[in-house]
Amino acid sequence: MAPNIYCCGAGTAADTEAVTDMVSSQLQLHRYHTGRESRVVTALTLLKKHLFNYQGHVSAALVLGGVDCTGPHLHTIYPHGSTDTLPFATMGSGSLAAMAVFESKYKEGLSRDEGIKLVSEAICSGIFNDLGSGSNVDVCVITKGHKEYLRNHMLPNPRTYVTERGYSFPKKTEVLMTKITSLRERVEVIEGGDAMEEE
Amino acid sequence: MSIFEYNGSAIVAMVGKNCFAIASDRRLGVNLQTVATDFQRIYKIHDKVFVGLSGLGTDAQTLYQRLVFRHKLYQLREERDMKPETFASLVSAILYEKRFGPYFCQPVIAGLGDDDKPFICTMDFIGAKELAKDFVVAGSASESLYGACEALFKPDMEPEELSEVVSQALLASVDRDCLSGWGGHIYIVTPDEIREKILKGRMD
Repeated sequence: MAPNIYCCGAGTAADTEAVTDMVSSQLQLHRYHTGRESRVVTALTLLKKHLFNYQGHVSAALVLGGVDCTGPHLHTIYPHGSTDTLPFATMGSGSLAAMAVFESKYKEGLSRDEGIKLVSEAICSGIFNDLGSGSNVDVCVITKGHKEYLRNHMLPNPRTYVTERGYSFPKKTEVLMTKITSLRERVEVIEGGDAMEEE
Repeated sequence: MSIFEYNGSAIVAMVGKNCFAIASDRRLGVNLQTVATDFQRIYKIHDKVFVGLSGLGTDAQTLYQRLVFRHKLYQLREERDMKPETFASLVSAILYEKRFGPYFCQPVIAGLGDDDKPFICTMDFIGAKELAKDFVVAGSASESLYGACEALFKPDMEPEELSEVVSQALLASVDRDCLSGWGGHIYIVTPDEIREKILKGRMD
């Protein structure tokens, strides 16, 4: 969303993408206007305004987190525009599985590595126990004046059944018509040709 | 039955070494009745960007017209062709514009970008992009295409091998789908040339 604010989306992919892109650009313009760092509540308000306007038809369920001049913040935003402010948050179809992990293992004052471990464990619980969630774990750590985006922090589901040999085909495909269009024009350079006449 | 499967379609795009291939079937049907066997689903935007539009045939053609229109305006303003990444964003924006009355098309975009790096991507009918490094599939035969491509794909194939792999994957997949088939149409694009082929499949 902004250099100091990140957001994860659940629900309809196109909606989460579109709504976060729209608000990101509004925040960027706001930063150009004010010359100050964006606040998490600003992003939160812009997002909930849009979602409330669409009465839940824009199916974006978001977790919004960031650090600004007023400290660290974590919010959840529902498709109808309601919001929560929480010490730990989950969203999406795997939210129940992930929240179960948080509820049993969260404590105040976690260190960075403990935080990453707990969050990864919660996501893994979603990956393995919820049929709608899957594949890899991404983690983003935001601290004051610094952020770290760990793309594919864990890869618990690598591709299975990969063959190195490849396949040979018993029969080649029958081709009815071929048309070849050349993209690079052949330029012939004639050296020592007649020089152009000058008058 | 889903509106995406009303006409039936199969589209696949695959990346090779400094090249890509994009292929589709040629059937146009109305549910189970075949109406045309020479239907075009892959469109050329310019020499190095192609788009395949699966799903509802009428929306595919309308969407194509709008894409050509927007690309021509871009050419006039910028005096150059669109990069495939830019074109993918354009398609995504046009689809999301119609969020609550969408085009029932799942596009596949394939192109050669700067320094001829191949780019392939697909998106859903409201424009959520999905970029891939290896292959993308779309249409009513997409499930069988996933299986075929997953088994046949190898990284860094030369154009000739890529052409054969994509053709085999397509023809094998459409035989497992009642709504697509009647041969195939494939484009193999390298920095030097575009090779277009019409493939013979099970013509029944």
